[in-house]
Amino acid sequence: MKNKVSVNKKRYTRRDTRNGLLFALPWIIGFICFSIIPLFTSFYYSFTEFNPVKDPTWVGLKNFKYIFHDPLVFKSLKNTLFMAFVSTPVNLFVALFLATLLNRKFKGRGAARTVFFMPSVIPMIAATMVWIWMFDPTYGYINRVLGMFGINGPSWLMDPSYTKWALVLMGTWCTGTTMLICLAALQDVPRSYYEAAELDGANAFQRFFKITLPCVASVLVYQAILNIINAFQYFTQVYVIINASSGGGASNAGGGPANSILMYPLYLFNTAFSYMKMGRASAMAWLLFIAVSIMTFVMIKLTNKVAENGAGDE
Amino acid sequence: MKRTNAYYKKKLKKIPVTILIVLLCVIFFSPFLIMVTTSLKTNADAFQLPVKLFPRKIIWDNYPEAMQKIPYLKYLKNTILITVFSVAGQLLSTPLIAYSLAKIKWRGSTFISSLIMGTMMIPYTVTMIPLYKIWNNLGLTNTYLPLIAPMFCGSPFYIIIMRQFFQGLPNSLMEAAKIDGAGELKRYISIALPLSKPALTTVGIQSFIAAWSDYLAPLIYINKTEKLTLSLGLQQFLGSFSTDWTHLMAAATLFVIPVIIFFLIFQRNFVEGISTSGLKA
Repeated sequence: MKNKVSVNKKRYTRRDTRNGLLFALPWIIGFICFSIIPLFTSFYYSFTEFNPVKDPTWVGLKNFKYIFHDPLVFKSLKNTLFMAFVSTPVNLFVALFLATLLNRKFKGRGAARTVFFMPSVIPMIAATMVWIWMFDPTYGYINRVLGMFGINGPSWLMDPSYTKWALVLMGTWCTGTTMLICLAALQDVPRSYYEAAELDGANAFQRFFKITLPCVASVLVYQAILNIINAFQYFTQVYVIINASSGGGASNAGGGPANSILMYPLYLFNTAFSYMKMGRASAMAWLLFIAVSIMTFVMIKLTNKVAENGAGDE
Repeated sequence: MKRTNAYYKKKLKKIPVTILIVLLCVIFFSPFLIMVTTSLKTNADAFQLPVKLFPRKIIWDNYPEAMQKIPYLKYLKNTILITVFSVAGQLLSTPLIAYSLAKIKWRGSTFISSLIMGTMMIPYTVTMIPLYKIWNNLGLTNTYLPLIAPMFCGSPFYIIIMRQFFQGLPNSLMEAAKIDGAGELKRYISIALPLSKPALTTVGIQSFIAAWSDYLAPLIYINKTEKLTLSLGLQQFLGSFSTDWTHLMAAATLFVIPVIIFFLIFQRNFVEGISTSGLKA
């Protein structure tokens, strides 16, 4: 091992090191200014109290004590976990389903792919506003369509027991990126596997569960991780929805009907920029950071395991 | 005779799937359709039961009216300004960084690559408050610098796309130029960059859409009415008692159209960018 390192060392010329450093300089500067310094300042802030007009004063563990006794923190955490562990599987299922449909040869396949993918490209704010309009209990299209089938639609974004399901539904519309990645993974599955299975008389379901799923499993797990991490950053949609229902006023720090869509990042944002408790918000942010890091670590281990198993099957 | 029977049988079997795909396409497309049709309705029409998809009378006036109700052109100008600088910043820095990681042999390249993956995991909410405080102390909130400056330092996602592309370029090209006495910068500018137009297009388009749509950063740093971007300005249609949906949808349509046009033109770059960076788990 030691030997190898010293051999490697010789390969790097001084000039290359200098050039490499210079070329990467923009990133290094950005990393220091926009990641490392804020990250550690945030850690310090989490033990202080401050706002834009008041400098930080040290308060020890006060912020953390407050957080662990704040019922709204737990409420927001519960809502966020719902998005992470209900919305994610739904999204993955829809994405894989659409990808499977697109993985067949048919006329207009390109057009279908465009239609499925386009929602993920358009600005979130515009998409959210259209959905708020569609979810309107009386004048919205969703309840109108449900009505045509004789179903009396719920009040969606106004009924605490349906708000999160409305978000899940909205999420499936924007699952295009995951779908494309699933599609790319499906196209990598060797055709010969299917031909062999067909010769053995395997039906479509068997082919899907015995060939397709194991082949794309590692990609799916990776997408699940990304989806779950994104759920912990879920902000714009709920912020806009709450804004829309409270009339777009400047101080509309709320959590929707019965706080049912108060997501953790939203509560954090409100704590910092509406209640002006920036120290407490920093403490919340660090707890989130630790949670996301642990989850990422566990899930990367999990992905590697799935990848190994997949390789073993072949 | 037997063959044609099997042929028709196969065709028949495909019909349910075809219907399913068409149905799904309609569902996925309907929000776009609803946005546009609502933007062409009168307010009374939008709030009339039973709900109809198409306007009872088409009102084009909603569009000029929407552009009057909020200072649309001013917000458009602000948004374009931010977008142009963001894209320029990404196009300038991303290939430089990626070149360093893919084509220059130095010890930092692997280290930085893994750090880049690491920074992707830092939630925005963690750095948000200190960054706000720094920019606020510098007196630079309500300027576009906090939105634009980070774009000149490259984003992980784009660096990965670009790095992957550079890794695919044959080293022999660079070595030939090196023998001819071309320095690293010369090799980068005259060989690597001209060859990487597809990847640069991908980064350019993606950063264009990201900057155009950005909501959270302007929300944090911009609160002066005349400095808002379109994404924030759209909210001004949300009224305290009722929202002006027809004008809102007209403004939203205008806001979304450039994105859709760019997407349709550069769809291939999009799809490739996502597939290459996404599969490399």
